Amino acid sequence: MSAVLESHDHSHDHHGPAKGWRRWVYTTNHKDIGTLYLWFSFIMFLTGGCMALVIRAELFEPGLQIVEPEFFNQMTTMHGLIMVFGAVMPAFVGLANWLIPMMIGAPDMALPRMNNLSFWILPFAFALLLSTLFMEEGAPNFGWTFYAPLSTTYAPSTVTYFIFGVHIMGASSIMGAINIIATILNLRTPQMTLMKMPLFVWTWLITAYLLIAVMPVLAGVVTMMLMDIHFGTSFFSAAGGGDPVLFQHVFWFFGHPEVYIMILPAFGIVSQIIPTFSRKKLFGYTSMVYATSSIAFLSFIVWAHHMFTVGMPLAGELFFMYATMLIAVPTGVKVFNWVATMFKGALTFETPMLYAVAFVVLFTIGGFSGLMLAIAPVDFQYHDTYFVVAHFHYVLVPGAIFGIFAGVYYWLPKWCGNMYDEKLGKLHFWLSFVGMNMTFFPMHFVGLAGMPRRIPDYALQFADFNQIASVGAFIFGTTQLLFLFIVIKTIVSGKKATAEVWDNPEGLEWTIPSPAPYHTFSTPPDVK
Amino acid sequence: MLSKAIPCRLWIGVLLFLSLTVRADWEVNMTPGVTEVSQQIYDLHMIIFWICVIIGVVVFGIMFWSIIAHRKSLGAKPATFHESTTVEIIWTAIPFAILIGMAIPATSALINIYDPSESDLDIKVTGYQWKWHYDYIEEGVGFFSNLSTPTDEIYNRRDKNEHYLLEVDEPLVVPINKKVRFLVTANDVIHSWWVPEIAVKKDAIPGFVNEAWTIIPEPGIYRGQCAELCGKDHGFMPIVVEAKTQEDYDAWIAQRQEAAAKERELRDKVWTLEGLMARGEKVYATNCAACHNADGSGIPPAFPALKGSAIATGPIQSHIDIVLKGKPGTYMAAFGSQLSPVELAAVITYERNAWGNSKGDMIQPVDIANMQTAE
Ligand code: HEC
Ligand SMILES: [Cu+2]
Repeated sequence: MSAVLESHDHSHDHHGPAKGWRRWVYTTNHKDIGTLYLWFSFIMFLTGGCMALVIRAELFEPGLQIVEPEFFNQMTTMHGLIMVFGAVMPAFVGLANWLIPMMIGAPDMALPRMNNLSFWILPFAFALLLSTLFMEEGAPNFGWTFYAPLSTTYAPSTVTYFIFGVHIMGASSIMGAINIIATILNLRTPQMTLMKMPLFVWTWLITAYLLIAVMPVLAGVVTMMLMDIHFGTSFFSAAGGGDPVLFQHVFWFFGHPEVYIMILPAFGIVSQIIPTFSRKKLFGYTSMVYATSSIAFLSFIVWAHHMFTVGMPLAGELFFMYATMLIAVPTGVKVFNWVATMFKGALTFETPMLYAVAFVVLFTIGGFSGLMLAIAPVDFQYHDTYFVVAHFHYVLVPGAIFGIFAGVYYWLPKWCGNMYDEKLGKLHFWLSFVGMNMTFFPMHFVGLAGMPRRIPDYALQFADFNQIASVGAFIFGTTQLLFLFIVIKTIVSGKKATAEVWDNPEGLEWTIPSPAPYHTFSTPPDVK
Repeated sequence: MLSKAIPCRLWIGVLLFLSLTVRADWEVNMTPGVTEVSQQIYDLHMIIFWICVIIGVVVFGIMFWSIIAHRKSLGAKPATFHESTTVEIIWTAIPFAILIGMAIPATSALINIYDPSESDLDIKVTGYQWKWHYDYIEEGVGFFSNLSTPTDEIYNRRDKNEHYLLEVDEPLVVPINKKVRFLVTANDVIHSWWVPEIAVKKDAIPGFVNEAWTIIPEPGIYRGQCAELCGKDHGFMPIVVEAKTQEDYDAWIAQRQEAAAKERELRDKVWTLEGLMARGEKVYATNCAACHNADGSGIPPAFPALKGSAIATGPIQSHIDIVLKGKPGTYMAAFGSQLSPVELAAVITYERNAWGNSKGDMIQPVDIANMQTAE
């Protein structure tokens, strides 16, 4: 008995992680799990990126050159699924794991073992999904939106693997969200009232509620597919009295909040970074919180703007058009607040700030095209064209992904104790910026000129802009290897960083040494 | 310095000019189209576009001004303001007002597009994997419309023609200045019938019939594509609409009706073996001989012989299946949608009884037609 007690004390004294692979497999430490999530997400980012390059290579010229249409469809589908569920979402959960406890003065996440579980089921989910690529009937080929009946009656048999994969991803997200909510609501240092929380914490709190609300809906819709495919039901099969449009309603009831799940945490990151490099407090903190909450609320009542052409009644079209247009108001407020924060600041442009500024500009461009898409009658021309592809890549690449890059550059010195190479960071930024715009800006043009999305071959008048987009994609894609190099170089041989890292940044995470010790805030810190 | 810069700029100017005139390919905007609705949509598109541009110029203008003027490296000292309820209210109210201004014309356009008034002509449009079927309901005319771009062009073995991937064997023909109503549905998965120049895009959903309409004011050929992912050949099911004057349209429909009546007659009559053989020989020569050779000996190893082949001399049903559905992944196409029941029955019967194949059996066109409708 006393021996047990002793060894318990012993481990408490040293606070060290376990050695070898056990550290990563058994860990319940929020920093380790955050690291796992981030590396996993980066691997998925490269995997999904390679698929995007297959797509862009095929679209470099009219005609079929590299892949057959069947495989092309598998690539578009897998690219979307992997980027959404494998790259963007886990990256944000990784950031939440690392940062939320440090930002609110908590010793760890509230539910550390569930935290371990919610990460470790993810590799299995994606192994299931990716294994379909090597099966005879090939991977899912019905688009990341998997509309029935293409994804049920007419799907390859591998759809079942996809369904189970989605179930597991959903379970992981729900557990992650529960953990984040429990942590934020229960483990804040006593002086940190809700309205003193950093915005990253706020945006994640709201995101976590969105996740809990909609991931079960996603699980429901894939379960209905499973029933249709294997158990003879006809939820989505018209021949059996079912309704293919029902699928779209249920899917987008999940899908629209999902797109905010992928952007709200990035709003939070940018709201941390811009004040630091403007050397000025965030403008309109309170209105930021309210704007984020209204966006989250509105995200539940706009889903059918993805379905303006399914033949809804006029009243439905009008309702979803008005509600969608309304989202522009709180989103505008956020952008204005960021600009007002920079206004009359003392600005410097280290890599995180470059990414944050690019985020504001390019995300806003994505917002503009979103506003255009909201106008239902005009959407009849935009819908399912490359204009839509341009729109959502503008909100996801310079939105979500640039937000993640900004966050990684901003906090990496805190995580590993070393400073990244500023020159290389800026090079990474500029190459990504040019590559990204070259890839996605021309897509607005071909979309307006009438090129449908998800086609492996196209009419001749779209050739020139597609060629530019493909070149841009390869620039953007290969640039991400530079990012990998920068991160490794920082960890291995970066210059030592100070505890504050930046010029007087705000937040509890900057009050602890760099690198952050394995255990932090065993006693609750004071907040100003 | 200056003398160097000017020619350079000149060059860029010339290039820009050339790219705008010679290469009409650099189309960057939506087509205004040819109908009143498409024009209305185009106008809305331009309004919302310019609203975005103006907001963008103001917001980014202020932002870039800060970026340039308020740099720490220029000695900028940060201000301390970080809140203003008045400002927040203003920049909530102004966008709200702009949106209301935008919602009004959008609403009236939508109401116009949903106009339920009587149509002059009803056409049922059915999406199939991967072709369209058009039914002139009242006129009793119906046909499939298939991509007509040759495979050689798709696989880069031949130069691509001007209408690459936007051409079909049988266009949809409509009269001008008539309200044409489309009843859009699908046979298998969801498709979407889209022709940009008349601004009609409606999802074709199995089990549903969606309505759309257009009035085309001038004769012309308008091209579009399926807009909803519908499987492998989603990119290869274009739409071509040919708008004709009333007389031309009437002549066309009369001719189609006559042909349809003849075809029906041929399909429904009971054919003799000789009759089918004679017809089949012709069909074979135009559609099959390229690969299977005129004497049925094929071009081994890529293209199998039919003379004495297991399928051509085996059970007739598997023979019918391969001709109707093709063999995916090989050059053997699905002829079920390309040939009429008469032609199919003829060519199958021919293959079973020519070049020394002497099964002596045959299949009637009407049986083929029944099989096809049962699918
Ligand atoms: C572009 C070339 C091509 C054309 C044109 C073509 N075929 Fe074929 N056909 C093939 C190939 C290749 C196969 C072998 C498929 C396989 O691998 O089983 C085949 C197989 C067949 C077979 C099965 C032969 C066997 O014993 O396995 C039949 C029957 C047949 N074709 C009938 C037709 C008919 C009828 C037509 C005209 C209406 C036609 N084909 C036109 C290429 C062609
Ligand atoms: Cu289609």
